[in-house]
Parts: sequence; structure tokens; C-alpha cells
Amino acid sequence: MLIKLKGGKVFDPAAGVDGKTQDIYIQDGKIVKAPKQDAGVKIDKEYDLQGKVVMAGAIDMHTHIGGGKGNIARILLPEDHRADPVVRGQITRSGCGHVMPSTYVTGYRYAEMGYTAAFEPAVLPVNARQAHMEMGDTPILDKGGYVMLGSDDYLLRMMTANKDQQAINDYVAWTLQAAKGIGIKVVNAGGINAFKFNQRQLDLDEKNVYYDVSPRQVLQSLATAVNQLGIPHPLHVHGCNLGVPGNVETTLDTIQGIGGLPMHLTHIQFHSYGAEGDFKFSSGAAQIAEAINKNKNITADVGQILFGQTVTASGDSMHQHANHQFANPSKWVCMDIECDAGCGVVPFKYRDQNFVNALQWAIGLEIFLLVDDPWRVFLTTDHPNGAPFTSYPHLIRLLMDKSFRNDMLATIHPEAQKMTTLASIDREYSLQEIAIMTRAGAAKLVGLHDRGGLSSGNWADITVYTEHEDRQRMFEKPDYVFKDGQLVVKDGEVVKVTWGTTHIVKPDYDASVEKDLKKYFDRYLTMKLGNFKISDDEFTEDGRGSLTEHPLKGGAA
Amino acid sequence: MAKITEVPSPFCGVGTDDLVVEVDGTTLTVKENGCAVNTPAFEQAISDLKPRINGEEVELEQAVAKAAELLANSYQPLIGGCASDVNGMRGVLAVADHCGAVVDNINFNAARRNYLTMQDSGWMNTTLAEIKNRCDLLVLVGVDLEAFSPRFFEQYIWCDDAMYLDNAAARQIVYLGKAPSGAASTSPDGAAAKVLACDDADLPELLAVLAALLKKQPLQVEAVAGIALPELQTLAEQLMNAKYGVISWAASALDFSQAELTVQSICNTVKEINDLGVRCSGFPLGGKKGDVTANQVSGWITGYPARVAFNRGYPEYDPFLYDGMAMLSNGEVDVLLWVEAFNSEAAPPSAGIPTIAVGRSGMQFEKEPDVFIPVGTPGIDHAGHAYRLDNVVALRLKKLRDSGLPSTAEVLNAIENLLQVKNAD
Ligand SMILES: [Zn+2]
Repeated sequence: MLIKLKGGKVFDPAAGVDGKTQDIYIQDGKIVKAPKQDAGVKIDKEYDLQGKVVMAGAIDMHTHIGGGKGNIARILLPEDHRADPVVRGQITRSGCGHVMPSTYVTGYRYAEMGYTAAFEPAVLPVNARQAHMEMGDTPILDKGGYVMLGSDDYLLRMMTANKDQQAINDYVAWTLQAAKGIGIKVVNAGGINAFKFNQRQLDLDEKNVYYDVSPRQVLQSLATAVNQLGIPHPLHVHGCNLGVPGNVETTLDTIQGIGGLPMHLTHIQFHSYGAEGDFKFSSGAAQIAEAINKNKNITADVGQILFGQTVTASGDSMHQHANHQFANPSKWVCMDIECDAGCGVVPFKYRDQNFVNALQWAIGLEIFLLVDDPWRVFLTTDHPNGAPFTSYPHLIRLLMDKSFRNDMLATIHPEAQKMTTLASIDREYSLQEIAIMTRAGAAKLVGLHDRGGLSSGNWADITVYTEHEDRQRMFEKPDYVFKDGQLVVKDGEVVKVTWGTTHIVKPDYDASVEKDLKKYFDRYLTMKLGNFKISDDEFTEDGRGSLTEHPLKGGAA
Repeated sequence: MAKITEVPSPFCGVGTDDLVVEVDGTTLTVKENGCAVNTPAFEQAISDLKPRINGEEVELEQAVAKAAELLANSYQPLIGGCASDVNGMRGVLAVADHCGAVVDNINFNAARRNYLTMQDSGWMNTTLAEIKNRCDLLVLVGVDLEAFSPRFFEQYIWCDDAMYLDNAAARQIVYLGKAPSGAASTSPDGAAAKVLACDDADLPELLAVLAALLKKQPLQVEAVAGIALPELQTLAEQLMNAKYGVISWAASALDFSQAELTVQSICNTVKEINDLGVRCSGFPLGGKKGDVTANQVSGWITGYPARVAFNRGYPEYDPFLYDGMAMLSNGEVDVLLWVEAFNSEAAPPSAGIPTIAVGRSGMQFEKEPDVFIPVGTPGIDHAGHAYRLDNVVALRLKKLRDSGLPSTAEVLNAIENLLQVKNAD
């Protein structure tokens, strides 16, 4: 079956195409070259896209869609689900929406916004099965996960024992393969572990009371491992001191301390706070943006907050516990988990008339607008932590429409307005820049070699919009969404339910790594090493799922 | 004859995965690391292989068709039991979504005590490996732990090594309420657990006094429920001096009216201790035979734990209203689909309405159901996934033998497919 998308305005930054009118052909799920004029090839289906905007399917490179803490957040908030019931359709399952939607609804709503892939950034190795099972019940989207290390006792023991980098590389590669991930994430490096020893904060150079290891050392050894193993996605870092006023210094120090290694700083908005002004809370966005502009090894996603009810779900048990008094509604969950990690789930309501929340909103936008290179900054709300993912079209409008942005700015807490430079920033994102942030750049960052672009050879994940001055309206309801060449959404509604693949990488390790690991599992953990490793058939046995392995960088084995 | 090692168990809740099972045809023998819960559950022989309609053996397709017909013609079906693996529970929810059923897990009245607490104020909990390596004080409220889990002390408390304890044998164990039924809680050094025994009904008062002592509130009483105040004062001090105290309870063992308030007292006490600058964690005991699995899967597919109604086309949760047994006795449902792949003794209640039982082979009925479809047991007859009690670890269950029995998911998916065809007509 040959499909022709005719005459759309194509924004494909991966191929350097910026708004040019051109045709796209799809065959067997992939984008193919235009057939030769005289070949007499029959076009089976043609879509007339004159005047429409065509982009690759959007990719959310950081969104909490699968895993234990998300499910805790769901079960914690029945009142939120009751306000957004989702009725069963002819081809769709029922569920619930709003801040932490059920898995089926997550898939439908992402697809209905033109997204075709989403990556869970906090897969605890010991909970990876659950993350994959939840994502396995999330239709249409491709998915994948970043595997969390850095507070696990095994790594901290290795570091305390001064094991060499090669040994750490083997452990990192082994864990990534056992948990079936595509990247490595570190959350409050060593801090989740320190909380179990009753440390209530941990600065970049502060040592764990039990292990002779600091967060800076954990970051260095993991960033080195990721780099040496050739994992395309840079070490994904949730920094120290999340949400703490004055943490901009820690973040700048973290950037300097990584010594030029590739590093992705996630939800950087939460790590860009000064401690100045009457309320001892100020914007560090300008300094952070300057540091990102200068250090080409650094990428970041913003973790924009938007006003309203949400729930924060993080592996950072230390800081989630420290913030529990802000829980709204007043209930929260913290967990220490299996000598592996932890989590904290705290419902939260961001209010535009609250000084801190209002300034957090402005800080996020400042970062978006002050970072020059859209290939190195990514559009996220850290769903659901800053806001649910369904608010992306609104966020895109804030970035693309200065007068709308300033209208919104005029409504927030007056003291916060005085503390932000937002009103003086003229930048408006272009469609091409949005396509970079949410497609080409995201695919490149995650390491997807055949997604996020529209040239031949890419999988046909394609979104078609009607151009509209109101960018929110434009981006919340695409005309068409194709997933692997199949039309899955028409006029903003799911018309076909498909099942995406799970993206992974498989860096090599020395098989002897299992010798020490097996001893450790038998001695200290509560499951057998053999039962810990996730097998391929766990993805494929239901007939829906699949695994897609991506190449490593620079010819690393 | 084959010997299979590192076999995980879905029966005991604590995620034992070191069983050694010998397989001879369809006969299983637990050779190593068995216990009073797991060994009989694994070794139970297969009796039924064929489905039945009104007691007459039929082919699987016929039984599935009959089940689909009963569900399609029902005004308000109930899916009870809901005890299976992850795929089985996915199947339950798919069928329920299709026919507007009420879904209710067999142990929800016990689990409700925890969910009411969690959804009202939350909690701070821990998992097995943290207990094994850190816990220096274990307080058991209203539960006889070794009766709940015969190998718990051996596996997680009196283990040879704990990463952060100089001497694992020096852990302190305190019982509040129920006393231990055996000596498993006595340390390898011979130190017996401290027992502050009282009636379950006195636990709320006891916990209130403990909370007051932790907050250093003045108290006038000299004893509570027969326990002298200094004993409780000592317990409060133990909690405040522990490096990693754990307070554990079993919702199923707190079987009295409004026990959810007792669970909430426990959870609030744990939170309070952490706010006082000391680490402490809660640890709910449960997870046997698929109840945590049911609640987890229902959580991600519907947003709610496993007591959900689909009769309005979308999931609705009410921990009291959708109590399946109450609905049955009130005549609010007209067809019962019973799903129980682990326990052949947990037969469907005879409800006087058309009943379909998708149950473990060998299920004994008080009254033969309209349709009986024997299914394989997850972790024995087919691979699968089951959660253990701490809500985090999903075990990869193994297939140990070829019995020819279908899985719960296969049966329910076949039923759902027929419902789909009927809907399309
Ligand atoms: Zn995040």
C-alpha cells in the first residue's frame, strides 16, 4: 500500500526542511522516496494536505507514564479521576483522565495531540517490569525508559571499594540490559540512599554518612560509563537540591563538574532558583541559560509548571518528604525501595496568586526563551509534576505568542511579575523551532535513529495540523496522525488503535559481572538474580508488544 | 523428571523465589524451601481438565460461548474473585469494560482498610529488602506474622547478613496486640520477642496513647488495655532510638469495625516519627494469591483499586457501594463471573443467579455453576506476573508443566472476543 501526503507545508528539521511545500510517500509503515514519474506506480491512498502543516510525530522525551510511583499517584487520587471520566468508545477502552490518566487514556490523549512516542524517565531496575507492563497497556505510542541508578547500594558499594571504571561500566550495561532501558537516569545522586540513613539533604560535595561517596562522584562515574559504553542518550540527571531556593549555584556547579561529558539536566526549572528578594526566592534562569548556551555538552528539558491541580511523583524521596507539608489535597506517600531507590508522591496545586508558584512559572518560560539552541532544550512539564501532559498545546502558545504570554504574565502574583524579566523578552518560537524541540531534537537526544524525521527511511510517524493563529487550538487537535504509516487519529480523535514498540539499547558488558552480582543478590536482596532480569518474551507474549534495539554511538561494541 | 530451581511463588505474598520443584509429568513436588503455605499450593493435583455446562463436560469453545451469552444478556454482571496474574486481571477488566460489570477483588474488604487510609492521608512505607538490610526494630501490630508467612523471620529478619546491621540477630521485635503463635520471632541468640498483648478491640486506644507519648503529651492513665504505661513509654523510646524502625500490620488481621482508623493511626505515627527527625517506615502485609496484582492492574487500567463498576460506560470506584458480596445478597446483580486461578477452595458463593466459574482445576462447588471452566494456575501451568506484598516487585512466574489447561487470560479474552462480535451485530 502506497500512501501519498500531497502538498503539505513540511517542517522537518532533521532534513533541514523549513516550511517547504512537498509530498511525502509512505509504504509498509515507512517513509519512502517519491516513485519515479514514469514507473506507473499506483498510489493507493492520497491525502490532500494543501496549506496544512506537516511534522513528524511528536516525541515526549521525559514523561512519567509507567511505573510504581505513577500508579501510587493514580490510586491516591480518586477524586481527581471522578472529575474526568472517559467513556468507552467503539474502538477505545474506558478509563480516566486529568492529572494522572489511566494507561489507555494516556495513549489516546497523547496520540490525539500528535505525539507518537513517550519516554518514562524513572525506571527503578527492581520495578522495571511494572513500568514496562504499564507502558504495554498504553496504546499507539512507542515507548522506552531511562533506568535509574545512583542511589542503589550496589553502585555505592562499588564506589566505596574504589572499583575501577570498567567494573562500573559493566554494572551499568548489565542493569540497562536487565531492565530493558534506553538510557541511564540519576535522581538526586546518592540522596535517595542518604535519606534511608536519615540524611535530610545532600549537597553536591556532601558525603553519604555510610558510603564514602558524594553526588559529584556518582555523576562523574555514571556520565563516564554512559559515554564509554556508547549509550546515545546522555546521562539523564535530576540534580541535587530539587526545589530548594538558591539551588541555581548547585546546578551551575553540576554543569562545571561534569567536565565536558554529555549530560542532560531534567526539569531544570526546578533547579534554577536564586535566594534573593523579599521572599528569598528569585529567578536563576538567566545564569542557567547562559551556562547551557556556553556548554555544548549540556542539554535540558524545562519541566514547566502550569497553574492548577496536579500531582508530583518523583524518585526523590528526600525532597518529596521535605515538601510534604505543601500536599494539596493533604495526603502523600513516600517509599524506600529495595536497596535500589525510593519515591515520593505529593499532590500539588500551583496557584498563580502564590508568589513562589507564579515565579516558578516565569522561570520556566525564561529558560525556554533564553536558551539559544532549540536542539538542546526540550518541551516538558515533567508530566505530571509541573502539569499534566495535556497542557502542552497551551505551553506551545506561550512560547510562540508574545502578546498572549504577556497577557498571562499580567495576571500572576504582582511581586512575581517584578522578579521576572519575561516581559522584556521578545522571542517567539517558530514552527521549525517547535518541531526541533518536540521531534528532531528529541529523537536525536534519545538515540532513535529512524524516528523524528520525514526523509525516506524513517518510520512514518507523521502529524498534520491546520495552521491557526491560536497555536493552542492548532496543536491540540491535529487533522491526521499516522503511526508507522497507519492513520490512528483523524480530526483529533482516535480512529485506529495500534501498539507501539519499546525502544532499547544493549551496551555490552563482561559476563563475569554476574559473579559478584549473584553473590550480592543471594546475600542481601530478596529475589534471585535470574528472576530479576526481564526477558524478551515478557514484551512479546501478548502479541502486541515488541522491542526495537538502537545502535550505540561511535561504533562502541 | 525435571528439577526446576529459583521458582517464584504467587501464593505466599512475600515473593519467595527460591523454591526447588521437581516435575514428573503433571505431578509437582516442592523439594527445597517449601512452607505450609507454598508446598500444598504447588503440589495440589490437577483433577478437572474439561469445562462443564450444567455439570456436563463440554469443549472449551462451547463453555466460552455459553459464558459470553450469559454476560451479554445480563443487566448487571458481577466479576468476583479476581484472583489471577497480571494478564488474568487485564482480561477481567477487558470483559468488565465490555459488558458493564462490577469488578470486585475477593480480599477487597480487607484491602479497603488500607486504601481508605492511603486515599485519605497517605503513608510512608518500605519494602522487603530494606527490612532485611536495615530494620533494627520491627513492631507488629495485631498480626501473628509467622502464621501469616511461615518463613518471614528466616528469610528477612534472622538472615546471616544485613548490609547495615553489625549483628542481624540483635534486631528487636515487639508484638502489640496479638501474641506470636510460635517461636519464629525468637532471635538466633535466644532473645524472645517483647509481647504487649491486648485484644484487637483495644488497639485503637493503645495506638492513640503511643502517639501521645511520642509527642510528649501529658497522660493521666497508668495502664491501657492492661498494658502498663511505662511499657508503652519504652516502646516509644525504642521507636525514637531506632535507626530504621518498621511498624507492620495486616489489614486482613485487623478484622473489626472501622479498623481503617487503626491503620490510619499506624500510618500517622510513622509519619510523625519521621517529622520528629527519626526514620521509620510502615509495612502492610498482604498480597497473597493475587490481591495486590488485582489492585495494581486495576490501578493503571482504571485509575482505581479493584472494586470498580463499569455500568455507566466508564470506571467508577466506591469501596462500599460495589462490595460484590453485598450486591449479591441485595439482589443487585443478575450474573456472576467468578475468577479464581489460585485457590480451588475459594468457590463462588451460591447466589441463586446464573454463575460462571473460571477457577483453578479441582474447584469444589456447593452448587454446580452454570458454566465451569478450569484454568491453569499462574506460575505452575503458565508463565505470568504476580505482585508481592510490597507493591513494587512483580515476579516473573514460571511455567513448570504442560497441563493443557488454558490461562485465565486466554479464557477471558475469548469471552471478550465473543462479546465484541455480539456488540457489533
Ligand atoms: Zn521527571
